[in-house]
Amino acid sequence: MPEKLTRRQIAWRIVQDIEEGNYVNLGIGQPELVADLMPANREVIIHSENGILGLGPKPTPEEADEDLINAGKKMATLVPGGAFFHHADSFAMIRGGHIDVAVLGAFQVAENGDLANWTTGGGDLLPAVGGAMDLAAGAKKVFAMMDHNAKDGAPKIVKRCSYPLTGQRCVTTVYTEIAVIDIRPEGCIVREKFADMPLEALQARTGAQLTLANDWRPLAIPDVG
Amino acid sequence: MRSAPAKSKIMVNKEIASLDEAVADIPNGATIHVGGFGGVGIPIDLCEALYRQGATNLTLVNNGVASGKIGLAALIGAGRVRKIICSFPRTPDPEVFEKKYRAGEIELELVPQGTLAERIRAAGAGVGAFYTPTSVGTPLSEGKEIRILGGREMVLEHPLHADFALVKADRADRWGNLTYRKSARNFGPIMCMAAKTTIVQVREVVALGALDPEAIITPSIFVDRVVHVANPMREV
Repeated sequence: MPEKLTRRQIAWRIVQDIEEGNYVNLGIGQPELVADLMPANREVIIHSENGILGLGPKPTPEEADEDLINAGKKMATLVPGGAFFHHADSFAMIRGGHIDVAVLGAFQVAENGDLANWTTGGGDLLPAVGGAMDLAAGAKKVFAMMDHNAKDGAPKIVKRCSYPLTGQRCVTTVYTEIAVIDIRPEGCIVREKFADMPLEALQARTGAQLTLANDWRPLAIPDVG
Repeated sequence: MRSAPAKSKIMVNKEIASLDEAVADIPNGATIHVGGFGGVGIPIDLCEALYRQGATNLTLVNNGVASGKIGLAALIGAGRVRKIICSFPRTPDPEVFEKKYRAGEIELELVPQGTLAERIRAAGAGVGAFYTPTSVGTPLSEGKEIRILGGREMVLEHPLHADFALVKADRADRWGNLTYRKSARNFGPIMCMAAKTTIVQVREVVALGALDPEAIITPSIFVDRVVHVANPMREV
């Protein structure tokens, strides 16, 4: 039995927490997988911050249109019922609390829901924020999709973020390759983990205090590659 | 006996014959809104005309900093841009900007994307300033006024006016009514509103009355000059 989910499996897990009819924004990178794992029979409306509601799958070569891209600047399609609008309207949707779920990547999430995902503060990369702060401030729910630990093993779920913040107290749930953790006023509540991974082992890889939910469930391993 | 008034042959016509003519009066030191997101909707041909024109010491407002070597990148590379106001300078190929930035030869004001859009909209709409929850508690609100409104911390942001806007649209009539194509709309409509002089390159100019009034996205009042560019250049 594998001891961790693939990124596609994490994306599948996130899909299970998105409700029919939700308006969802997917961050650039890993969160884009959520669209790939969304079953065709679900009506979930994807918002793309560059001015699209009803973002569809990748285009076939015949469908490709150079004027139709997603927020990650990749070629995209529009589903029936989709709409285009300008940037101020797009961010009114975000800031105005109309987006049900934003799925974002994260460098760090704090136990109070603080999110750091736009810069490590170092000079190695150009500072770039895009729409991340607007999504953190405005989406009804913010799902953080991330590795449980950094490449050097450091916990990414922490007591307080050491990286510059994207938003305060905004993350509602963290989805990693080994757990689903809700961020609640009372702390970090483990909703799902592998059945054979003791809470202590999960805790050892986490920088904030974890509490196992009374109704916790074993993390499922879907057959999605 | 009074003669009948001469029939005016000059009607409102914002179409300009050439790109170079359309940007001829942009002075050194101008603040310029440039439309586009990720290469889509970016008015490269107008940017190239501005490059040929020679204006320098410019402040540019765009979501990114341009990829590749032409258009905005050409202006930046030639040292003609003093400052860039944007949300996402980490474009797929930001080499030209990155070199200038690391050499301390260009100033960068980083603005959250929605705040950037709203500051542009506010400029066009005559709004003096506004409070937004975006960026509270982050480095991008440092030094700015914070108020608690509706029980929530909000940061004061000011409108972002421009002397000129360079925008790409799909179709226009001679009054300057505009339609856009798909995600190329992005910053176009709000930048058209926010500049003293708005210059638009369009793929097609159609007869007055040919655009469906229900489908016009930018009404002509926000547009000053229209240039027909049937086959626009692309960043890559």
